[in-house]
Amino acid sequence: MITDATTRITRRFSELRAAGELGIVAYITAGDPSLDATHKFVLALADAGADVIELGVPFSDPVADGPTIQRASERALKSGTNLRGVIELVRRIRQTSQVPLVLFSYFNPILQMGLENFAKAAEQVGADGVLVTDLTPEESGDYHGIFHTHNLDTIFLAAPTSDDARLQKISAASSGFLYLISRTGVTGVKDALPEDLPGLLRRVRNFTQLPVAVGFGISLPGHVSVLGGLADAAVVGSALVSEIEKAPSLEAAATVLADRVRSFKQAGRRGLSRREVAP
Amino acid sequence: MSTQLTIPAAVPGRFGPYGGRYVPETLMVPLFELERVYEQAKSDAVFQAEFASLLKNFAGRPTPLQFAARLTAKFGGPRVYLKREDLLHTGAHKINNAIGQGLLAVRMGKPRVIAETGAGQHGVASATVAAHLGLQCTVYMGTEDMARQALNVARMRMLGAEVVGVESGSKTLKDAINEAMRDWVTNVRTSHYLLGSVLGAHPYPTMVRDFQSVIGREARQQILAAEKRLPTHLYACVGGGSNSIGLFHEFLKDDGVKMVGIEAGGRGNGLGEHAARLAAHQGFTGARPGVLQGTYTYVLQNEDGQIAATHSISAGLDYPAIGPEHAWLADQHRAEYAAVSDLAALEAAKLLSRTEGIIPALESAHALAGLIERLPQFKPSDLVIVNLSGRGDKDMDTYRRLLDEKV
Repeated sequence: MITDATTRITRRFSELRAAGELGIVAYITAGDPSLDATHKFVLALADAGADVIELGVPFSDPVADGPTIQRASERALKSGTNLRGVIELVRRIRQTSQVPLVLFSYFNPILQMGLENFAKAAEQVGADGVLVTDLTPEESGDYHGIFHTHNLDTIFLAAPTSDDARLQKISAASSGFLYLISRTGVTGVKDALPEDLPGLLRRVRNFTQLPVAVGFGISLPGHVSVLGGLADAAVVGSALVSEIEKAPSLEAAATVLADRVRSFKQAGRRGLSRREVAP
Repeated sequence: MSTQLTIPAAVPGRFGPYGGRYVPETLMVPLFELERVYEQAKSDAVFQAEFASLLKNFAGRPTPLQFAARLTAKFGGPRVYLKREDLLHTGAHKINNAIGQGLLAVRMGKPRVIAETGAGQHGVASATVAAHLGLQCTVYMGTEDMARQALNVARMRMLGAEVVGVESGSKTLKDAINEAMRDWVTNVRTSHYLLGSVLGAHPYPTMVRDFQSVIGREARQQILAAEKRLPTHLYACVGGGSNSIGLFHEFLKDDGVKMVGIEAGGRGNGLGEHAARLAAHQGFTGARPGVLQGTYTYVLQNEDGQIAATHSISAGLDYPAIGPEHAWLADQHRAEYAAVSDLAALEAAKLLSRTEGIIPALESAHALAGLIERLPQFKPSDLVIVNLSGRGDKDMDTYRRLLDEKV
């Protein structure tokens, strides 16, 4: 489903398609270690060429996340981060950057703010889309209508276990892009991409015209190269979050985040030459 | 209320607005498969015969409904019967559900089960059934609970299960469920998540209730045989709510039967001091409808929707959410919910031990404490069933400390 007003997300993916380039979606947890730090990190990621930035809203019980993002959520909650703070951060980012921004959350914080209140606020500050980890098309009746009214893309997850009927449903409920989970499991760095990923991507393509971003376990430029010609974007999360965790200072973290994204981007552009079939 | 969801009527897995399926996409098809296999099993005579046979010959059903003569005399009020789930193999009602789901795992061809546990009773039941059916078993348990229920940890290991300590969050039941869900989402093709209470995404709340409803079916027949009338009141403790819904369910059609679920009041009314989700009327704060671990129900949480820490002396009741069917029964005033303190539960455990010769689990002691607090409201003609969901062996360290301090 496409909303009337095209979001920054859709525009960015059209540009990427026109250039034959694989996009990089960068995830970091907002408020890790503070919202000010996240502000710096987002601008550094955008400058380095990140095509879409996912701002993770910290949650006390992140069941879909591995240890790296669990620890980031704990740090963010400890620094007092809440959903309103993250929305305010989006407003600050928008003062200087037009990078496409997705709010990535578990359902309960959004539900407690109220779907309408949240959607209205997110639209006002200039967020482009929302992805809720523990919300599937079946349970998104209210959510869907409200978010599209407020010109927010609704991004849903597809998984290796999703059958054809579900892929159809997920595709119909999604806008902006479709987020394909590469493997059964939680978020986290892995050495290799699953062997059945190309087949999975081809199956997903049968059901959607939307750009497809692949995430979970992508941590190396080599992973990104492999996706060239298969996916529209690679999502890099835990690999970036662990750089923030390891860095000796915020400045050092911002620098290394930018370096990592540049090398991913480079791999994304190289991926172009491998592109056999334009989607 | 802004957090109220619009839910179409009569959706499977919904109890009024509560319940549902709020999980990462990876788990959706496995949940559908589980629902389908369970629906088939329900009407399959072979499955039902296997289930009944294991309940009888392995777990030791039916359990007695015992008239508590000395307790009744002491109370000078209602006639009190105890449903003796504590006499089951492994020492608690948890085995009923573990047998049912273990059989389903076998049907689905899944060689491994994952379980979470708080007090350790569900972990022991799962490890027991896994051993009996030849399945591998991994149990997640918060490290705080491992310390306070050390005996059950040893039992699970003796049975061949792998017990994984969970260090995150409050190191209790909620965190064990998070970790079990992470294992499940990773190994979903080979593992069945043997969830131990009426929590989580559909079909768990319905399926676990069905497996536990044998408690109420037996109790109803037994009380009619013994007293030639229905009870006036049912009392049961409520953590997630499986023993209570197991007792209540068969009596829902009997309008005159009052049902009371007793929650953990912990050591105070403030958020973080208790695990009372449906006792706002007693001043317990912090519970609102929300989504936790797959289901929409009353959840203890802060203003921002972050899940709150809980406290209870009883590991099995120390959980921030309540089964969605209980939330609906409460909203409709079909069942009543209240909380009692740690201290009241300890006193009730001592009383039952010395009056009836039964050392109850701390969880079950809450149910009895709830009855004791309301004794002045009862008539001598009232007839009460208290669900004695488990025995107290696992709590002996806590009881021993109580005796050292106070006797």
